[in-house]
Amino acid sequence: MKNQILQQKYNQRALKDRMARYFVAVGGVSVIVAILLIFFYLLQVVIPMFESAEMSEEHSYRVTGEARVMHLGLEEQGTMGVRFMDNGNVVFFKSGSGEIVKDVNLNLSAKISSISFNLDRVILGLDNGYVKIVRYGFDLSYPNDIRTITPVLEFPLGEELILLDESKKALIQIDIQINEEGLGIVARTLDNRLVYARYQQEESFISEEVTIELESRSERSFEETISSIVLTPALDHLYAAIDGGVLRDYSLDEEGFNDNHTDYKIRKNITELKLLLGGTSLLIGLENGEVQQWMSVRHEHGRVFTFIRNFHETQYPVTEIAIEQQRKGFAVADEKGEITLYYATSQRTLTSINTAGKIITHLAWSARAQNLLAVDDQGKIYLYEVDNEYPEISWDVLWGKIWYEGYDESDYIWQSSASTNEFEPKFSLMPLTFGTVKAAFYAMLFAVPVAILGAMFTAQFMAPRMRQVVKPSIEIMEALPTVILGFLAGLWLAPYVETHLAGIFTLLLILPFGFILSAWIFSLLPNKSIIDGWEAALLIPVVLLLIWLSMMLSGPVENLFFNGDMRTYMSDEWGFNYDQRNALVVGLIMGFAVIPTIFSIAEDAIFSVPQHLIRGSLALGASRWQTMLSVVMPAASPAIFSAVMMGFGRAVGETMIVLMATGNTPLMDMSIFQGMRTLAANIAVEVPEAEVASTHYRILFLAAFILFMFTFVFNTFAEMIRHRLRKKYSGL
Amino acid sequence: MKNWFNSGTPWIWLNAGAISIALVAVFGLLFLILIRGMSHFWPANVEAFYYQNAENSLTVIAEIIESETVPADTVRDIDIKEGNITRYLVKTGNRDLLGSDFRWLYDIDLVRYEQPDNVMVLERIEWGNFYGYLNSVYEYDTKVSNEGNLWSEFESRLKRSADIRQQILDLEQGEIGAINYQLERLRLKERRLIIDNELSDSALNKITEKRKALKVEYAGLLKQTQVLYRDINRDSIRATVMDGKVVSIPLEKIVKAWQPNKFTLIEKLNFYVSSLWSFIVENPREANTEGGIFPAIFGTVMMVILMAILVTPFGVIAAVYLREYARQGVVIRLIRIAVNNLAGVPSIVYGVFGLGFFVYFLGGNIDSLFYPEAQPAPTFGTPGLLWSSLTLALLTLPVVIVATEEGLSRIPVSLREGSLGLGATKVETLWLVVLPMASPAIMTGLILAVARAAGEVAPLMLVGVVKLAPDLPLDGNFPFLHLDRKFMHLGFHIYDVGFQSPNVEAARPLVYATSFLLVVVIVGLNLTAINLRNKLREKYRALDN
Repeated sequence: MKNQILQQKYNQRALKDRMARYFVAVGGVSVIVAILLIFFYLLQVVIPMFESAEMSEEHSYRVTGEARVMHLGLEEQGTMGVRFMDNGNVVFFKSGSGEIVKDVNLNLSAKISSISFNLDRVILGLDNGYVKIVRYGFDLSYPNDIRTITPVLEFPLGEELILLDESKKALIQIDIQINEEGLGIVARTLDNRLVYARYQQEESFISEEVTIELESRSERSFEETISSIVLTPALDHLYAAIDGGVLRDYSLDEEGFNDNHTDYKIRKNITELKLLLGGTSLLIGLENGEVQQWMSVRHEHGRVFTFIRNFHETQYPVTEIAIEQQRKGFAVADEKGEITLYYATSQRTLTSINTAGKIITHLAWSARAQNLLAVDDQGKIYLYEVDNEYPEISWDVLWGKIWYEGYDESDYIWQSSASTNEFEPKFSLMPLTFGTVKAAFYAMLFAVPVAILGAMFTAQFMAPRMRQVVKPSIEIMEALPTVILGFLAGLWLAPYVETHLAGIFTLLLILPFGFILSAWIFSLLPNKSIIDGWEAALLIPVVLLLIWLSMMLSGPVENLFFNGDMRTYMSDEWGFNYDQRNALVVGLIMGFAVIPTIFSIAEDAIFSVPQHLIRGSLALGASRWQTMLSVVMPAASPAIFSAVMMGFGRAVGETMIVLMATGNTPLMDMSIFQGMRTLAANIAVEVPEAEVASTHYRILFLAAFILFMFTFVFNTFAEMIRHRLRKKYSGL
Repeated sequence: MKNWFNSGTPWIWLNAGAISIALVAVFGLLFLILIRGMSHFWPANVEAFYYQNAENSLTVIAEIIESETVPADTVRDIDIKEGNITRYLVKTGNRDLLGSDFRWLYDIDLVRYEQPDNVMVLERIEWGNFYGYLNSVYEYDTKVSNEGNLWSEFESRLKRSADIRQQILDLEQGEIGAINYQLERLRLKERRLIIDNELSDSALNKITEKRKALKVEYAGLLKQTQVLYRDINRDSIRATVMDGKVVSIPLEKIVKAWQPNKFTLIEKLNFYVSSLWSFIVENPREANTEGGIFPAIFGTVMMVILMAILVTPFGVIAAVYLREYARQGVVIRLIRIAVNNLAGVPSIVYGVFGLGFFVYFLGGNIDSLFYPEAQPAPTFGTPGLLWSSLTLALLTLPVVIVATEEGLSRIPVSLREGSLGLGATKVETLWLVVLPMASPAIMTGLILAVARAAGEVAPLMLVGVVKLAPDLPLDGNFPFLHLDRKFMHLGFHIYDVGFQSPNVEAARPLVYATSFLLVVVIVGLNLTAINLRNKLREKYRALDN
């Protein structure tokens, strides 16, 4: 009986023990997994950015009737399309099935001889010199919570035809642009003239009716064959593709054509011209399948139209370029029947699809570039679904120089947001990485000598009683919140350094001499053994005195050497600009923050060099300093190296100090008197505002991932060095 | 001399100099924060500067912040270029009249300066301090003071208005706040029922009735506050400012009034302590640039406590697993190095992870599962207290694991073997022998974790702190602890007031004071941890021998 109870109790205890074992194992492993989750989660957010785009054909169907498609349009979600036919019909149809929803005849008095568009406005050029402007739209409503689209067709400038060419010749090519100031229409006539008319737009406040008034009309005749024309949104340039591989740039103003035009040799025949979103860049499709991006760049002698980059290297002539409505991407179709997606800024070829030899004549994007509608020369319509979320990111965009629109040259630029809609975000991580390294570098410049020299003294020469005070003090230093250090750096040290600049440099210069001088003075004392080990304490008043002295000297020094103001002197004489919150301030304060990290590890290493090595060296007659340099330091140097690495790792990841003590300007300038923006500070500033799952958001996660990997690898490496060293000592 | 250099002594001194620099820097910074932070509450005497030249005369009433004598040619905004000049940075207050709180004064044309006895300083609800002379006290439009009882009349009426203000505050934040909270909960309950298709007529009636009752109560309270608001507007004073202009100040706008030049040392000390106290217990005013920092202290403490509750069990279990249960080998060694190195990963990375994983992923899912009625307003899918504590728990987990492991490894094998040899199971040995002995090490780790968490700001900026939280995360409304609320934090308060506030100059002393408070807390915690660790080492040294 008793045995049974005991046995029962024993079983219970064994069960408990086993349960505890599982509990601890599960708990422990899950905690470790949770920690590792950081790595995988960051990676999981970053990866989609580098996945390639996909395009697939969803539907295709044939258009009935004789008429040919001249233009295509697609609704925002890609469910309804519109086609303009050469017989003057405008047909709305379901893009999935081709089922016709609405068919309107424009009742034109003449034949359509050319067509062009500007977003949802379509301009039709007629063979009697008249034009008609039509706007198509898709009105959304939700009766009974069902998304319903009603197609609409409007005539924003009235139903009547507008006379463009006064000699009433057929308009072979046409283009239209509308901006706040007015409306421009340009056309090439059958008798080889370019006619340009500029209109003032006026909107009536009461009826919201738009009336236009002719501002100027002018024309130019030419001898060559023009295959296509493009008008810029600012109405200041007209680009014409001339057979023989020439791009002609006519400049325009309010009065119409002014006298100068410039020819650019492309060498290959131009088959297609389109402006990229924003109207700054021109895409030129060539007969050899190449697409070139050109834009106007400022030079010393004014603006020059310049080749920027090229795409597409197939052998087949480009038949159509369709630009995206919200990004700098575009789709290109060639005569081989290949449709390829590109992104201009990142110069990426995203994906392509083959239509099996069909010649695509027209393409249309939905607003978010998730659907692409195409029609071939046989009148067959294709609907493609496109999955292409992050085309703007490439290795070059993140780490290379990119020539952005509106810039004079290619450069590293970080500019993630701006107030205007047409703004293109610029995501070069270079300036941020540069800023991170710069801040860390200046911090190390200050921290490494102080920490390592201090560690040498504390570990080997300091009196034990003083060491007991010093070590906790340094630990306290490590614990000081960086937000306080950053606040002091930004609001106390930065203005102070600005007014005492000469004093700061004087201090850095005279400190070592001051120490040696006081060492000499103390060496004259009769009984030197009392101060042995207490040198650091004796030097504290010396440091204070020297600080006071150099701050007093600051003004006189500036007067004597720098004409009274060092900052002005520097910018006048040496060309240095001075930011109040600069790398010097960051270096001093962040140096302060990393001193303890380096100090603790280095001190530990130096202290744990085996005593018998030191005693042996001393016994052989080496002085204490010689022992230090030739015995202790070589033995401890790997650990000191790893201490410096850890300090660097900490400086790289430090956020609050750089956030508060620099101007946070993402510039690449190594000057000590300029600010910087670091990866960490950039994350802190921008993450709260970044839209979830947007490119910006993922890039910030990438920045965090880089910081994570960098410090992790750095620290692991440092840890391994120390580990090896420890092993070596244990052998001794 | 050459011998002396060869002996290496100067280089040793140079090494000593490096550590002196570090020490001067640490204690210098601590001293700077102490002086700047703590001097703010001292009721400094107020000076009256009298200026007179051929054309006009001027009086400036102000506190001297600092004075210095510099060569005249280094000062840019004066005409004199020779000799020395003394300049004073003074605080003139009266921001509503003068445009700014501070100005520079020079000793050019300065006839004399003195400390008039009857200068009065007012701390106001808006526009910062007021400096001037008290003329008279008014009740509505009637003068109620005379020469003899001027100050005492003013003080007693000021006390009355302060009492009424407190009553209003209690009503608005207490009872009216509670009613608003209940109304909001009712609204959510109703929406929830609609979403779940369970809104019966009886339930609807119940809700409507409750709402009606609450609204009646609300109207009653509103009436009470209206009466109080009328009462508080009763009194005002007339005061003369330095240029002789007389202004009228309603008492409801005055927080505190004093005549520093009349104070004795004891009174000054008394005033100092009470100012310091109100800094700690009051709410901030004027975009955090004035008033106290109570919500920030409260938020920091709440967050840290929650973090400690989360981090301790997980950290200890992980350490016990690593040290006691896992098979020691290459994998465990790698994991140990990885855990160790996570302590060196920048805190902002944890913030980014917390925002992405906790807030958007976990929080977003919790919202759509449990709080559909509040959509599209997020409940947990937005930065808040819970996510901040979790993020910081993750951040400090390595600290606790490393400290606990170290503690476990220091416990002599003989003790464990003794326990096992007496027949205890492994878990009993762990629970009754090993963990109690390791508890000081666990405590050390926890204290270090708390100290780190209390000073950490960068990740919190992403996962939960705000510059001004309308409600504390802990209050009298069910369920009392609101984990989804955003909160204020001392460290973020420093960043925000120091760098984002419209009037940095005036707010700076408060930032120093806040910094000082934070430093005291963190240094205190660290010293405790260091002491604990040293004691621990002593104890085991004794055991080892």
